[in-house]
Amino acid sequence: MIELEGLTKRYGEKVAVNNLTFTVRPGIVTGFLGPNGAGKSTTMRMILGLDHPTAGDVRIDGTHYHRLKNPLTYIGALLEAKGVHPGRSAYNHLLCLAQSNGIPPRRVHEVLDAVGLTAVARKKAKGFSLGMGQRLGIAAALLGDPRILMFDEPVNGLDPEGIHWIRTLMKSLAAQGRTVFVSSHLMSEMALTADHLVVIGQGRLLADTSMADFIERNSRSYVRVRSPQRERLLDVLHGGGMTAAESGDGALEVDGSTAEAIGELAARHQLTLHELSPQQASLEEAFMQLTAESVEYHAHTGAGTPAPPQQQWGASWTKG
Amino acid sequence: MSTPPPPMPQSAAPDWQAAPNSPYPGYTSPIPVVRTHLGHALTSEWTKIKSVRSTMWTLGVFVLLVVGIGLLTGAVVASSDPDLGGESPLSLGFFGLLLGAMCIITLGVLTTASEYGTGMIRTTMVACPSRGRVLAAKALVFFLIAFVVTLVCATLIGFLHVAMLEGYNAKDPSGEEWLKGTVGVSLYLALLGTLSLAIGSVVRHSAGAITIMIGAVLAPLVIALFMFSSSLQDVQQALFEYSIPNQMSIFYANSLTESGPSGWDPLWIMLVVTGAALGGAFALLEKRDV
Repeated sequence: MIELEGLTKRYGEKVAVNNLTFTVRPGIVTGFLGPNGAGKSTTMRMILGLDHPTAGDVRIDGTHYHRLKNPLTYIGALLEAKGVHPGRSAYNHLLCLAQSNGIPPRRVHEVLDAVGLTAVARKKAKGFSLGMGQRLGIAAALLGDPRILMFDEPVNGLDPEGIHWIRTLMKSLAAQGRTVFVSSHLMSEMALTADHLVVIGQGRLLADTSMADFIERNSRSYVRVRSPQRERLLDVLHGGGMTAAESGDGALEVDGSTAEAIGELAARHQLTLHELSPQQASLEEAFMQLTAESVEYHAHTGAGTPAPPQQQWGASWTKG
Repeated sequence: MSTPPPPMPQSAAPDWQAAPNSPYPGYTSPIPVVRTHLGHALTSEWTKIKSVRSTMWTLGVFVLLVVGIGLLTGAVVASSDPDLGGESPLSLGFFGLLLGAMCIITLGVLTTASEYGTGMIRTTMVACPSRGRVLAAKALVFFLIAFVVTLVCATLIGFLHVAMLEGYNAKDPSGEEWLKGTVGVSLYLALLGTLSLAIGSVVRHSAGAITIMIGAVLAPLVIALFMFSSSLQDVQQALFEYSIPNQMSIFYANSLTESGPSGWDPLWIMLVVTGAALGGAFALLEKRDV
């Protein structure tokens, strides 16, 4: 279990992490989501005692990280920066870590086997591909057979096979009752692995919810309708008690109805439809909307109605 | 655009059995839990330092320099100057060790600073959150390696010089001269390397720290050379006397100057300086983010 309480990190004027309070529970995969620069890595470094928090507190199973006597058996971490001396072999890299925590050297062979690096165990790390480097980092995280695992962007730069492997690994680790905390900036990736979701933007907590809740609340379903008789269609929809929104490319987006109902309504009024398709906003869009709002909230408060998420995300970039 | 949300596994956390003696539920590893101490950090640092090629390179070049230059000076003196006028033949070992000091400095800096260059320092500090323990383990392992290697080289070249210059009116070195020319100068060099290690930890940049240390060895002599003004004579004198090459030469009792440090003084000076630098490095290590 990882408990954060009002965790804050300031670099001079800039607030990287702002008053974060949440708990990462055992037995499930908790996704830690936010756009690049949201403060995910900084938060993880504070959990591991690498960075000192400006304010607040973070505990691992009730203890501060620096008080853990053999931390690798409590918490294993894969950090974004590889953290491997390129001139050292995979075996020696893991051996020196095992020795510093009193972990028996046979564990090194076990984890090398578990991540599939046994064949290159004596090769220098500088010859490793991105995927092999990532596997070595995961081997280091698993070395102490820890109760808590933290992965910072584990799928970055991996091939589909590697991504599948990591997903399965994280789920099986959680199924053994371990705490699994994994960061990503890809909502689609999290949707496939995480059971619980913590979303941050600009260092602030935006959501702390179960994945199922997040999907239910944030996945908007609507029907996309296109017709040459656009004005009449709008009237008819309005008359039928449906609200339609412009999608920007001449089509209409109708919330809270089904394609069947709209089709029948249009047929009754003898309207020509060129398109009638049920749509579901992706989780990626929901996530971008969530984070973009936090950006907008900071940048220019009270700036009218929110634009479509895609545009808003782009706008925040150009303005940012 | 319209990816349907994939089916979700149920999100309620299952009720895991609590580990014995722990209010926190979760997985319990079969691996025995060990209370770690400095010994664990020492084995770890020993594995680290011997598993990179730069250690072998720097120490290999060091041995070559000390033994090679030692043999060369011995041979030149033996062939050209048949009368040493009662000088101790041990003093000929000075030149090789002075050049070899560059290797010791490099290895000392690399022991700490290279971990910052590669990002390894994060892995190290995650594995051992006690930063003082990491620094102490690095300093101890490095000091012992540097001391042993220097001692072996200095002793070897000392015996060779005595043997090569026998019958050239060379002085038969006394017990204390042997002690200073082997153990003394080896302790001094190992401390100089440990000072470099502390600087490497403070600067966190290999090339920068090596430059600073080589500057610290050479600059005082070079600056003093160009102090022609008589009003600066005292400064010039102090720079000569306390420059690292001159301090090293005191172990062979052939100082550039007659006043200034003598006997075992250089060792105490270097001990205090290195201790202070390690203290500073520790304070910064605790204070800064990794």
